[in-house]
Amino acid sequence: MAKKGGLMKWLDERLAISELWRVMMSEYYLPKNINFLWSFGVLTMLVFVILVVTGIILLMYYKPDSKLAFDSVNKTIMMDVSYGWVFRHTHAVGASIMFLVLFIHMARGIYYGSYKAPREVVWVTGFILFVLMSATAFTGYLLPWGQMSYWAAQTITTLFEKIPFIGPDLVIWIRGNYIVEDATLTRFFALHVTLLPALILVFTVIHMYAVRIVGSNNEDGIPMTKEEKKKNGIPFWPVFMSKEFFVMSVFLLFFFYLVFFNYGFAMDPINFQPANYLQTPPHIYPEWYFLAFYEVLRGFFFSETLGLIAFVASMFLPLFLPWLDRSPIVSGKHRPLFRIMFWIFIIDFVFLTILGKLPPTGLFAWLGFIGAIVYFIFFFSLPIISFIEKKQVASGGGQQ
Amino acid sequence: MAEEKVSRRDFLLYAIGGWAAVGAAGVLYAMYKTWEPLPEVKAQATVTFDLSTVKPGQIKVVNWRGKPVFVLRRTPDMGKCENRSILDEYTVVVGICTHLGCIPNWEAEKKIWHCPCHGGEYDACGRNIFGPPPRPLDIPPFKLEGTKIILGEAGPEYQKMMKG
Repeated sequence: MAKKGGLMKWLDERLAISELWRVMMSEYYLPKNINFLWSFGVLTMLVFVILVVTGIILLMYYKPDSKLAFDSVNKTIMMDVSYGWVFRHTHAVGASIMFLVLFIHMARGIYYGSYKAPREVVWVTGFILFVLMSATAFTGYLLPWGQMSYWAAQTITTLFEKIPFIGPDLVIWIRGNYIVEDATLTRFFALHVTLLPALILVFTVIHMYAVRIVGSNNEDGIPMTKEEKKKNGIPFWPVFMSKEFFVMSVFLLFFFYLVFFNYGFAMDPINFQPANYLQTPPHIYPEWYFLAFYEVLRGFFFSETLGLIAFVASMFLPLFLPWLDRSPIVSGKHRPLFRIMFWIFIIDFVFLTILGKLPPTGLFAWLGFIGAIVYFIFFFSLPIISFIEKKQVASGGGQQ
Repeated sequence: MAEEKVSRRDFLLYAIGGWAAVGAAGVLYAMYKTWEPLPEVKAQATVTFDLSTVKPGQIKVVNWRGKPVFVLRRTPDMGKCENRSILDEYTVVVGICTHLGCIPNWEAEKKIWHCPCHGGEYDACGRNIFGPPPRPLDIPPFKLEGTKIILGEAGPEYQKMMKG
C-alpha cells in the first residue's frame, strides 16, 4: 500500500482502504514472545478457503435427492468428472483436518490463557465458530447418502428424542419425516451450503475484529499496550505473515500428502454402500473429531439420560472457561497446578478419542466412564485452582 | 409539553417495534411450518393390515413409518404372552433391536428372534431373553377393527396394554 497510484488513490478516497489495511494488517502488532502455535488461526482460514473452493466445484455435480445423491457422488463426481475425485478427497480431508487445526488452535488458547479478560469475546466467538463448524461437518456428512452418513444422521437426530415433552415431535420436525429421508437430506444440504458457511463468515469477521481490538496474547500472558507492542513487537503484515507463509507451505505439504496418499481416514468404507433404512451397520461411529464427545455420551453406559446430559455439557463447557477460571495469572507457563490439569485433560481427550472407536463392552465401558469423569474434572478444578492462585498472588507469591 | 413529546415518540417506537415483532413472529412460524413432514409423508403415518392373512406359525413384515413391524401368528407352543398379545394369538412388534437398532431375524426352529449384531435374543412374545438388549421389542401404537390392525393410532386395547 506504499504507492498510491491512480486506481488505489481513487479507491482510497471512496473506501479508505489504506486506513483499513493499516488497522487490519500493517499496524496490527504482535508480541515477540509467541511460538509457532500462534500460526494456527490463519491455518483455519486457509483450510476454510480450501473447503469453500472445493465445495463450490462439488456443488456443480452433486444432486441433493435421496435417489440421486449416492450416484452423483460415487459415480458422477468420482468417475465421470475430470479430477472430480481430487475435489472430493480434498473436501473430505479438508473437513477432517479443519478439526485438527481447530483443536490445536483451541488448546493453545487454553494453555496460554487466551480466553481470559480482556479476550472473552475472542474466545466466545471462537467457540461459536467451533459449534458452527461441527454443524457444517455433521450436515455435510449426510450428503453422500451412504450407510454411515445415513446412520450417523439417524443416531444423532434420535438424541433429541430425550428432550422432555417436545422431544419426539422435535425429531420428526428436524427430519421432516418419521425417519431420516429425502426431506432431511435436502434441508441438511441447504444448511450445509448456505446458512452455515454464511454464519461462519460473519463470526470469523467478528473474531478477527475482536482480536485486533484487544490484541494477541503471548507465551507469558503479559498484558501489553499497543504502543509497547509497536516498540517491541512485529507487525502482522509483512513480518508475521511472511513467517506464516512458511508454516502454510509445510502444512500444505502435509495436507496434500494426506489428500493424495492417505485419504482413507476421511473415507469410511461402510459409506460406500448406499443408505438403507432397513439395515443398520453393526458398528456405528462418528468421524474421529467427534469421537471424544461421543465417548462421553457412551461413558455413562448405565444411564442414557445421564450420558446425554454429559454429552451436551462436554460440548458446551469450554464456552464458560473465562468464567470458570478467574485466576489473576494468565499463562499456563506460570501456573504449575493448571499445567498438570491441562496435560491430564489433553491426554484424556486423546484417550477418549481412541476409546470412542472401540466396542463399548466390558472393560472399555468402565474406561469410558473414567475418561468421561476426568474430562469434567478439568473444568471443575479451574475454580479451585483460581482460588489457590488468588491467595498466592495476594500473599505476594506466584509470578505474573 | 416536553414530557408529552417523549411519550408520543415512545408510543411510536413501541408501535413500530410491536408491529415488527408480530411480522417477525409470523415469518418464523411460517418457516417452522415449512419443516414439518409433507402431507404425503403424514399420509403414511398409519398403515392398515389384515391380521387374518397370517397363517399360524407364519411371520409377516409390515413397513410402518420406515420401520419393519413383525406380525407373528403364534402357535400354542409359543406361550401366552401376558399383556403383549393381540387378539390372543398375534405378536405385533417393531422389528428393531432395543440394543443398538439392528434388525433381528426370526429363527423358526428355535422360535426366537436373533439379532445378528450383538447376539441379543427375543422370544415369540418379543421379550428379551438373552444378550445385551435392555428391554423387550417395542409394541407400536395400534387400533383394532375386527381382524384389521391400524398401526400408528392408539386404540383402547393399546392403551390398556401400556397401562400394564
